[in-house]
Amino acid sequence: MASTDTAAPVQTPPGAAPVEPSPVRQPHPAIALLKDAAMWAAVTFILTFPIVGFKTVARGGRYVFDNNVDVVLGLTAFVFLGRILLNLTIWRKPKTATARAASGTVLDTGWAAKARRLLVPVMLVVAVTYPFLAVWASGGLVTGRYWVDLGVLVMTYVLLGWGLNIVVGLAGLLDLGYVAFYAVGAYTFALLTMNFGLSFWMCLPIAGIIAALFGVVLGFPVLRLRGDYLAIVTLAFGEIIRLVLINWREFTGGASGINQIPRPSFFGLEFIPSGPTSFAEFFGIAFSPVHRLIFFYYVILALALVVLVVTIRLRRLPIGRAWEALREDEIACRSLGISVVNTKLTAFALGAMFGGFAGTVFAARQGYISPTDFTFIQSAFIVAIVVLGGLGSNLGIVLSSLVLIGGIEMLRNLGFVKAIFGSGFDPVQYRMLIFGIVMVIIMVWKPRGLISSRAPTVFLKEKKRVGADMISEGHG
Amino acid sequence: MEYFLQQLINGVALGSIYGLIAIGYTMVYGIIGMINFAHGDIFMVSTMISLVLLIALFSLGVTAVPIVLLVILLGAVFLTALYGWTVERMAYRPLRGSFRLAPLISAIGMSIVLQNYIQNAQGADKKAFTQLIPGGIEFFKEADFSVWLQYSQIALFTTTIVVLAVFTFIVTKTPLGRAQRACEQDIKMASLLGIDVDKTISLTFVMGASLAAVAGLMHLLYYGSTDFYAGFVVGIKAFTAAVLGGIGSLPGAVLGGITIGLIEVFFAGYVSVDYKDVAAFSILSIVLIFLPTGILGRPEVEKV
Repeated sequence: MASTDTAAPVQTPPGAAPVEPSPVRQPHPAIALLKDAAMWAAVTFILTFPIVGFKTVARGGRYVFDNNVDVVLGLTAFVFLGRILLNLTIWRKPKTATARAASGTVLDTGWAAKARRLLVPVMLVVAVTYPFLAVWASGGLVTGRYWVDLGVLVMTYVLLGWGLNIVVGLAGLLDLGYVAFYAVGAYTFALLTMNFGLSFWMCLPIAGIIAALFGVVLGFPVLRLRGDYLAIVTLAFGEIIRLVLINWREFTGGASGINQIPRPSFFGLEFIPSGPTSFAEFFGIAFSPVHRLIFFYYVILALALVVLVVTIRLRRLPIGRAWEALREDEIACRSLGISVVNTKLTAFALGAMFGGFAGTVFAARQGYISPTDFTFIQSAFIVAIVVLGGLGSNLGIVLSSLVLIGGIEMLRNLGFVKAIFGSGFDPVQYRMLIFGIVMVIIMVWKPRGLISSRAPTVFLKEKKRVGADMISEGHG
Repeated sequence: MEYFLQQLINGVALGSIYGLIAIGYTMVYGIIGMINFAHGDIFMVSTMISLVLLIALFSLGVTAVPIVLLVILLGAVFLTALYGWTVERMAYRPLRGSFRLAPLISAIGMSIVLQNYIQNAQGADKKAFTQLIPGGIEFFKEADFSVWLQYSQIALFTTTIVVLAVFTFIVTKTPLGRAQRACEQDIKMASLLGIDVDKTISLTFVMGASLAAVAGLMHLLYYGSTDFYAGFVVGIKAFTAAVLGGIGSLPGAVLGGITIGLIEVFFAGYVSVDYKDVAAFSILSIVLIFLPTGILGRPEVEKV
């Protein structure tokens, strides 16, 4: 990482240990370390000095500066020390190509394989019992509300991630406009239930089908596109949908959105305090708004499991294999007679349908939707979850949802940070900044995601895990 | 007719800004084949830097417009170039040779980082500023409508042409440009022939960011406002311009930028203001689907 290789030879200080004579004079490691740290500290200082150091504030009809130079100095010191620490610890080992290749092709053996096999059932059990665990562990429905809410949030992103995984992970089509289908699902449900009084369970399949139609609408024109161009067109599609939602005021309610969407019922039992159709009264328990949240958790979990089973089963069907073949090499695919049109369109349609389901549940849970819920940043979240989890890996998506969504949400609970940086420091306001940094760091550290190896669906004699370096999706 | 002419001037002005940013996209995409998703946000950072420098100079009592502009231009170009260099160094260089989605995701992450960095450092409010170069030339004067060519627009056109000439010279005539074109054709072969690929790519990012800085300053002078989210949509439109003009072609990028600017302004003027971004995004899709090589681009050969 250091740019000191080509720098002029540096004189060793008199007290330092003698440097081994070598044909190319290397600077002393400690000096190289300091130089590297000093360089990055200087870069940090120059970069942050005007932007962070002087905050422009409109006061009295003109702009004046709020002085924040102390923050700049703090950041500079942080980078200086952090750079030294990182160079002494993590970055010590030289990263050679062979070392990287070796780390990429680890075959699981012994206890690791066993732990991996146990991981999935354990996670499943935790997922199914989570609301009760959360309520029990936090000591009551009222205090457990936050945790159940967090569970619903993470589960929603798992559902979205698994849906997008079909498009991005299996078929290898980078879709940056996935939030459009989420929006279509949400608005379909909201408009149908507000205008025609259809119930949640009626709307769910309709929303899925309409979202799938939108998937085909998007899929048709982009059949010829690949890689980055595809990504940009899908992004544009997502933005177009959002702009139409904002501007078509008579139909969608414009920027203010749709509110007071009726809530779904539990087999005809509503989540209301009292009355003949009250859930609480029917079961003879005290009313709590958390019941509805727990109900939503299970609806999303059930949908997510459906998506999971469908994905796993489809991977064993010809269409699933065609998707993966398409991801690895589109030209080879075409020469082998696989219909690229059908393969791509089914991937888009299925992925969109699951996005539509997620949107329906989202609208029903919130009771209020507006175009601001469906911005590009949402798409970026979902794509980040899929890619950072490891393309095509369902387990990886769960892990990265937990890390990104759960972890970022956890920032709200970090009281001790305020104790360190003073009471004016609120970690919540930096959560998107931290999210972006985490995204870059994970990508640089593990470009193929957290779970980068994969189990092949077809194998000869023996099932071996495929190392990350052997997979080449996205080249097409 | 007057209305048309006025829209034409405004469209070309807007398009020049897109064109300047598009050069950054086109050079980076040409050389390493990735969409520098954070480039629009680099542009936004440069508008903020210009604003801070402007206020700093004014509060120091420097009000002579030429001096102010020169200082801001130099300062903004230097700082923005350093931002571009740092972003490349931290988020893209470690991923060189990795699979293709990795740098794109990293770039999206970097875009989020830059936006929120500015939002936290400078606040989320829209920063508005009075025009630094007021006035203009008025012609076709009629009773109720006259066509204005503002001085800031003249500055914008001149800058665009000068910058385009300088950068075309760099790319076609200097050793650096030769190295860039070599990397564009084949990075591995270029490195075998003794070209410092990392340095060339770094310099490409630095050049792109400097142009974004020029565009940022011009944007601030011409529109007089900016905020932390200003880079996203402008960035996407500039990318459209780069593709429309043909990836890798500098005059193409400016031409594409002006086309996009004209389409946007005329759509807003004659059809609908609300849907002008929809028009821009639709054009993006249509261009990418039906004209992926652009106006001045070379056809891409599909390699097996």
